[in-house]
This record gives sequence, C-alpha cells and structure tokens, in this order.
Amino acid sequence: MSVADDAAMGQAPGGDRVALLEFRNVNTHYGAVHILKDVNLAIYPGELVCLLGGNASGKTTTLKALLGMVTPTSGDVVLHGEVVNNKPISYRVENGVTMVPENRRLFKRLSVKENLVLGAYLRSDKDGIEADLQHVFELFPRVEERLSQKAGTLSGGEQQMVAIGRALMSRPTVLLMDEPSMGLAPALVQQNFDLIQQINEEGMAVFMVEQNANMALSIADRGWVLQTGMVVLDDSAKSLLANPEMRAAYLGET
Amino acid sequence: MSATMTSSTASSSGSVNRASVADQDWRKIGKWGGLCTLALVLVSLIGMPVGLDRRILIHPVLSLGYLSLLWIPLMLGFVVSKRVELEGVESPEPGGRDLVAGALTGLVGGVGMAVFMLALNTFNIRDPLVNWSPQLLELLNYGRGLGFGVAAWIVACCVLGLLGSAIHVVSADVRRVVSFSAFGLLAFAVLEGAISDLSEGFGLEFLTDSIYAKRGGVTIVWSIVLAVVIGGVSVLTKGRLKAAKANYSELEGPERKRASRILFVVVALLIVILPLFLGTIMNELLANVGLFLLLALGLNIVVGLAGILDLGYVAFFAVGGYTTAVLTSPDSPFFAPELHFGITLVIVVVFAGIVGLVIGAPVIRMRGDYLAIVTLGFGEIIRLLFMSDWLKPYFGGAQGITNVPGVDLGFITIKGTDPRSVFYLVLVFCALAIYISWRLQASRLGRAWMAIREDEKVAEAMGINTVNTKLLAFVVGAVLASFSGAILVAKVGSVFPNSFMILVSIIILVVVIVGGMGNIAGVLVGSFVLIGILGGPRQPGLLHEFQSFKLLIYGALLVFMMLQRPEGLVPSARRSQELHQEEFLQDVWFKGEEHEAEEHEAEEHEAASHEGSDA
Repeated sequence: MSVADDAAMGQAPGGDRVALLEFRNVNTHYGAVHILKDVNLAIYPGELVCLLGGNASGKTTTLKALLGMVTPTSGDVVLHGEVVNNKPISYRVENGVTMVPENRRLFKRLSVKENLVLGAYLRSDKDGIEADLQHVFELFPRVEERLSQKAGTLSGGEQQMVAIGRALMSRPTVLLMDEPSMGLAPALVQQNFDLIQQINEEGMAVFMVEQNANMALSIADRGWVLQTGMVVLDDSAKSLLANPEMRAAYLGET
Repeated sequence: MSATMTSSTASSSGSVNRASVADQDWRKIGKWGGLCTLALVLVSLIGMPVGLDRRILIHPVLSLGYLSLLWIPLMLGFVVSKRVELEGVESPEPGGRDLVAGALTGLVGGVGMAVFMLALNTFNIRDPLVNWSPQLLELLNYGRGLGFGVAAWIVACCVLGLLGSAIHVVSADVRRVVSFSAFGLLAFAVLEGAISDLSEGFGLEFLTDSIYAKRGGVTIVWSIVLAVVIGGVSVLTKGRLKAAKANYSELEGPERKRASRILFVVVALLIVILPLFLGTIMNELLANVGLFLLLALGLNIVVGLAGILDLGYVAFFAVGGYTTAVLTSPDSPFFAPELHFGITLVIVVVFAGIVGLVIGAPVIRMRGDYLAIVTLGFGEIIRLLFMSDWLKPYFGGAQGITNVPGVDLGFITIKGTDPRSVFYLVLVFCALAIYISWRLQASRLGRAWMAIREDEKVAEAMGINTVNTKLLAFVVGAVLASFSGAILVAKVGSVFPNSFMILVSIIILVVVIVGGMGNIAGVLVGSFVLIGILGGPRQPGLLHEFQSFKLLIYGALLVFMMLQRPEGLVPSARRSQELHQEEFLQDVWFKGEEHEAEEHEAEEHEAASHEGSDA
C-alpha cells in the first residue's frame, strides 16, 4: 500500500537498510521451559522471508513474540528502531504489524464485510478504510461478491483471501503469516503462495512461518531454520535450498 | 412393548411406491409408543391432570388437566409419521401406512396408560408418589369405573395418534385450516382472562359473557362458531401475510424507509394505547414482562453479543433494587436520605457499573464454563451478603427494606397499586434498552464484542483490547439489569434478598436462549412467551394454573429447543446459518467426495469448502 513511505522509512542515510521488525537476542519462557534461545531476526522493508522448522521448534512462539502475544524474558523486539517489548498488541498493529493466523480463523458467524472492517478496528479514518476495502476488492474480486455472506460458509480458498484481506485492512508494513499452506488443498497452496508473492511485489514485507519448506523457499528471498528454539541456519533462500543439511532435514532427501 | 421392539423389520425406505400398510417400521412405533406411555404416566404422576382439572377450556368437556394428557398421543402420532426429507431419495407419498403408524403409536400409549390405571387401582404407593391417588384414578376414569376408563384411554389414544398422523396425509390447505382452527380455539380458551379483560375495556362484556361459561371455558356452541370463524379467516387470509411481507421486503430506499416508519408508528401507538383498555391484572402482567424484558436485553448483550456466559446476572438486578430501596425508603435501617427516584437512578447506574467492574475484573479473563461457574458463585454471594447478619444493620437482612415509595412524577405517582403507570415506566426503559442494543449491535464496539465471541485470540490479534471490551459488555448488561431492579423495587414497595435467587438468572437466560440469542426480536418474543404466558420466577403469567409446573415446563422447553431449534424462536439469520452449517458442509463434502480423493491431509470441512471454490 504505502510503498513509498516504507521505502523512505526503511532507508537509512548511508544506504544501510534499517529493519522494520527485529529480534535482538530474544529469549522466551513458558513457565520454566526455555522456548526461544537468543534468537536474532530482522525483517527489512519489502522483503519476503520465511521461518522454517519442525514441530515444537518455536516458530509460533516467534510469531507471537513479534506480534506481542508473548513477552520476551530477555532481549528486545524492535519495531521501526523502537524497542516494543512492553507495548501492547494494539500498538504494534497500529504501527504496521499484522498477523494472518494459522488456519485463517475468520470470525465465522460474521459477514465477510464485518470481518474485513474488524481488520481495521484500530483505525478511525472512514475514508481510508473505504479506500482500503476497495483495494482488497481489487486484489480479490471474489471477496466483493461474497461481501454479505457469513465468512464460515466460504470455501477454504475464499477464506484465505478474506483472511489476507482482513490483515491488509490495518495497513500493515509487515505481514506475519502463520502456516499459510496449512489445511489447504495442493492446488490452493500454490494459489495462496502466488497471492503472497503478489502482495509482496506491491511492496509489503512478508514474514511467513511454514512447514512446507520447498514451497516457501521457492518464493522467499531469505529464510531461517529454527531448531529447538535456536536459529541454526540463516541464509538466502537459494543457498538454503541448495544446502545439503537443509535438504536432508526438511525436504525429505537423503 | 419389548416384543415390538425386537421384532423390528427391515426399513422400507428404499421403495419408491406407496408402501403397503402392513409394512411398518416397528422399531420406530415401539420407540414412540413407549415414549407416549412414559410421557402420559409422567404427566399424571407429577399431578398435572388433577391440579389443572379446575381450569376448564371448553365447557363442559375439556379441562386443562385433560389437555395436559391428550396432546401427548396427538403430538407423537404426528412425530412418528413425520418423514425426514432426503434430497435425491424419493420418499413414498404419505398415506394409509402413516395413519396406521400413528394409530399404533397411540395404541401403545393407550395400552400403557391402561396398565398404569390398573396398577393405580391395585397398588398403593402413595408414600413416595404423592400423586398416586384415588383422585387421579377417578379423573382418568371420567368417574365411570375402571373398565370404562381403560377402554376409553385405549380408544382415545389410538384415535388421537391417528389424527396426529393424519395431519401429514391431508392436503396443505386442509392442514392449514384445521391447525388454525385448533390453535385459534385453544388460544381463545387459554387466554380467557386476557380476552375478558380486554373486552371489558372496550365495553364488549356481553360478547365474552356469552362466549365463556360462568365457571370458565368456552361453551360448546361458541367453540364450534369460533372454530368455523377462525378456519374461515384462515382461508380468506391465505397467502396474504406472505404477500404483504414479500411486498415489504421488495420495497427499496425511501419507500422502504417510509413503510418501516409507518409500521413502527402503528406498533408504538398500539403498545402505548392498549394498556389503557386493559385491567389491573393484565397491566401487572405486562409490567412484569417489561421488567424481565429489560433484564433479558441486558443479558443478551453479555451472552448474545459478547459471548460471556454470565450465570450470576441476578446480582446486578439485586444491586439496582437495594440501591433504590436504601436511597428512597424512609425505613432504610442505616442510611435513609429519601432521595427522589430520578436522582437515585443516576446513583444506581454508577453503583451497578462499579459492581459490574468489581465482579467482572477477576472473572473476565476466564473462559466459557469456568466463567459461568464463577459468576454463578458471585450471584449467590451478593444475595447472601444482603441476607447476612453482618450487613443487617445496613440492608435489613432477611426482613429486607420496606416502605419504598413509588416514583413521584409530580402529576402522578407510579406505584405497584397502579400497574398501568408501572407499565409505562417500564416501557420507557425497555424502549431505551432496545434502542441502545440496536445501536450497539451495528457499532464498532458491537463488532468487537462479536469478534471476541467468535474467536478471542484472533480478536486480540486485530488489536482489540479483549479484557476491557468484555468488561464493558459486562457493565452495560449490569446497568440495564439495575434499571430493572430499581423499577421492581419502586413497583413492589419493598425489597427482600430472596427475590434475587439464582433462579432469576437461569430464567432470564432461558428467555434469551428460547427467544433467540443475540437477537433483539428474539428476546422480545421470548419474554412475552415465557414471562407473559408461563410467568416469571415469582410473577404469575397468563397460565397461572401452571405455577407449580412452571420450572418443569421451562426445563422441558429448554431441552426441546436445544434439540430441535437451537437458534431460538426467532433466529437471527447469522445464528441459524452457523448452527445448520455443519449439515451444509457435509452436503458439499458428499457431493465433492470423488473429486477430492487426494485431499486426505486436509480436514474434512476444509475439503468440503474448497470444492465450492473450485467449481
């Protein structure tokens, strides 16, 4: 959406890029269980990045900590250069971080329109909201047709569109996606990744957490691999795809 | 009966042609016939026939007591021959087979009843079963000896079962006329009190005096006349209502607006004018309906919109009542400023808000069942506090606070002795509550509540402060309940802790559920049907004879609604869709199964929905 702004914001005066959203040595605990261990991540404007990892590797916790549902026990979450460890979710949403939850999780009994408008809950600029609705309709003409339908009655693919549309309604600069391919038919997974790519090409930074490593790396710029709460690999998508260790662990090759 | 159960034959659902009369689904008949027996015996043993015998519906042949039994075989005859319409499976035309099924079901019930009567005659187990009495037997015999009674019940149940199933066999037009006549006549008989009262107001006593017999009940001649007239009206109005409704929904833009406005004005005028023609009892009843409507509207915001299952809702009702009593009554034991009701109301709002926050803050972080149980506890705590010796110097303990003055408006004092004035006061508050609920539903806050109800975690991820938003719902509900409490106390003139039993919370919840959760029209209908007809926890309804069976009926109704119509009497489109969505999705899934064979990974409902998008 506001591509130009993002670029300006993200472009530090020496040409060095400033991260939109960053983890600096983040540790998190659930009770006594140490989940994330000294994790460092950085998402730059306009990037498409992915976080890979097996079950219980801390992927979802990473997302939650980025959005503010989990507070790190040490280390900093940095948004636009500001430490936001103790800021509520609403602060991060207002400042451009939005999540598309796993399995889409629409508000099933509410209409598609209500779902979309709820995405803009923290905004009060009616005209802006209306303009963004139109933008979502341009991206997903199908959604406009289903506007007054209850979201729970949509097909899986349509629900995914509404879920992304709902996230876009908050005018994010970085979109956090939790397992976008989860529970979708193979044909729809492809369609979904095309969508993500399309949104990314419009200038939005996308951070996705995925199990489908092959698929994710095929569209991502960079990726991290998380293992038992530690970042074990941090590389460009191309090198990760070529990495034999990676291929063995996540791409089912020996 | 066990013989019929075991001898069940293969079902004949596959045959397309009219099935032969003898080819019955014996298991089904055994099941419903057995249920018929059980229901008849149960109703007899809880004392309904004897207790309600004095209320005569059709003089001199039918009393409410007999009706409490006779509707059972009729209903079950109807149910047993009802078909499940399956798409794609051609079901046989309703015919003789269904009639026989209905009659047999009634017969099983009748035989069961006969056995019960024989047992009633032979054994005496009145010790645990208080209603196991000679009176009951006498009533079931029609006072003509056991032999007659047994034969009469077998025949009567059989015929009623047959009639019940016949409803499916006759054409839709006949069905319409008959059911209109029957329900219309029933309404005339049951609503005798209301109708007499109304006719008195309009100066039409001569009419009702001739319709109703002296000891109550429609006379036989008038029953026939009424049935014919109502049937005739149903023929004349056939399709008109639907057409009018369709016309209305076709209107667009300003025309629609104008039609809505006219409709609104007519309804509003009717509500305002009607009480002027009603007597004390009917106005009292309407005032009670209004008080509970106010409570139900508040609870509807908490449960229906925000999805917080608050079982201690009565606490706020109590707070409103006690605050009013303390501030207005000269007999308040500790602190008696004797304020005016208007000023009190402002303080009531503040207090209810504070109590809402105090109770809400700790419980609001809980979910579902846990929250329900904790609020249940808080509801009782508040009542017990008002009752306690510890707070007796302030609130009068079990003796409560009496001598609460009415609402002095200058030109009139609204008091319980003039229920019409109370009704108007309640009406103002109900109108306000309806307006607030209606505006909230479409507002940003209303959307946030619904989002939380749907998926709290995701709502949080949207940036909604779920704790504060839920607390706000709690407080708004509390304020509406406190209004109701304040008016109740001004109406009754006193306040006692036992007016705020847990039962009140439950009944309001039932009103909301039966009417239709999250839906203002539903709450309106629910209050009128349940509080108006059956009565509130202490307030008699139109059928005050049912007083002692009220809770049983509430419970039975709740079970029935949950099974058959979980969306409530007046479903909001939203809720109905959700509750039937599973069926819908299963349909899609079945149809799309072969194309989706590869999709074993996806969850069932996921698989179901894709098919729709690919098509």
